[in-house]
Amino acid sequence: MSQIWIAVIGASTTAFINKYVGHSVPEKWLDKPRFKRINTLVPIVLLSALVGVQTFAHKKELVVDQRLAGVGVALIALKFKAPFPVVVISAAITSAAIYNWF
Amino acid sequence: MSINPRSNPIDRTALSVAFTVGLYGAAFGAAGVTAGFSIIQTCLLSLLLFSGASQFAVVGIMGAGGAAISAIATATLLGFRNALYGLQMAPILKVKGIRRILSAQITIDESTAVATLQENDADRKRGFYITGIGVYVFWNLFTFLGALGASAIGDPSVWGLDAAVPAAFCGLVWPRLKNKTQFIVSAAAISWALILTPLTPAGVPIITTVLLSVIFGWKK
Repeated sequence: MSQIWIAVIGASTTAFINKYVGHSVPEKWLDKPRFKRINTLVPIVLLSALVGVQTFAHKKELVVDQRLAGVGVALIALKFKAPFPVVVISAAITSAAIYNWF
Repeated sequence: MSINPRSNPIDRTALSVAFTVGLYGAAFGAAGVTAGFSIIQTCLLSLLLFSGASQFAVVGIMGAGGAAISAIATATLLGFRNALYGLQMAPILKVKGIRRILSAQITIDESTAVATLQENDADRKRGFYITGIGVYVFWNLFTFLGALGASAIGDPSVWGLDAAVPAAFCGLVWPRLKNKTQFIVSAAAISWALILTPLTPAGVPIITTVLLSVIFGWKK
C-alpha cells in the first residue's frame, strides 16, 4: 500500500476515534463547575488560535499579507453586527482585490 | 424537521456557515490533487476524515514529501478538539448506536460553534444538525468539483478564499467573547499559537492552547 493510502485511511480512522470518544465519555464528567468553565473556554482558544494561524502562517513562517486585510475587514463587519455571509464575503473580496491588483 | 432559512435565524446562520465553509472544499479538492492525491483519495478524505484543518494537514505534509505517520499524527492532534466538541454536544444530543456514529462524524468546529451559540437545547440540536449535515454535503460536493477543476482554482488567494476561512473563524469566535476575561483568553491563544508556529510541527500551536483554557478556567 502506498504512503498516501496509509495516510488517507490512518488519518480518517483516528479522526473518527477522536470524534466518537468525545460522544462516549460519561455525562457526569460535565457536572463539575470547573470542567464547565474550562469547556466554555476550549472553543474560544482553539478558534482564536485558528484565526491567528490561518491569518499569519505560511507553512512555518509568519507573514503579513492580503489575508490580514481581509480579516481586518471581517472584524469591522462584526463590530457593526453584520450577518455572517457579509463578514466572510467582504473579507474574501478585500483579500482577493489586494492579491490580484497590488 | 423542515428547514426555513427565511424565517428562522438558526437555519439562516447554519446554512450560511455550511455554504461558505463548504465552498472552501473546492480549495481542498484542488490542494489534494496538486499534492499528488488521486481524485478518489482526495474525496475519501472529505467523506471519511471530514475535518478541514486535519485534511489540509494530511495533503500538505504528504505533498511536501512527509511520511504517512507524521501526516496521521498531525491530523490526529488537529482533530483532538473534535473530541472536546463531542464531550460538549453529547449531553445535548443524547443519541446512541448508529445515530451516535453519524452525529460523531459531523462533530466539527462549525456544527459545535453554531450549536453552542443558541439559547436552549432544542435550538442547539437544530443548529448542530443543520450545520453539520450542511457542511458535510457542501464540503464533499465542492471537494469533488475542486479536485476536478484543480488547475482552474489552484491558487485560493485569487478568489480571496485564503482570507475567507480565518474570517469565518472570526465570525464563529466573536459572539463567544462576552466579557473581558474571554477577550484576554482569546488574545492569549492567538499569541501562543503564533509564537509556536515557527517552532513546532503544524497542529501543535493550535491544540496546545487547550492548556490556556485549563489555566484560565481552573479558578473562578
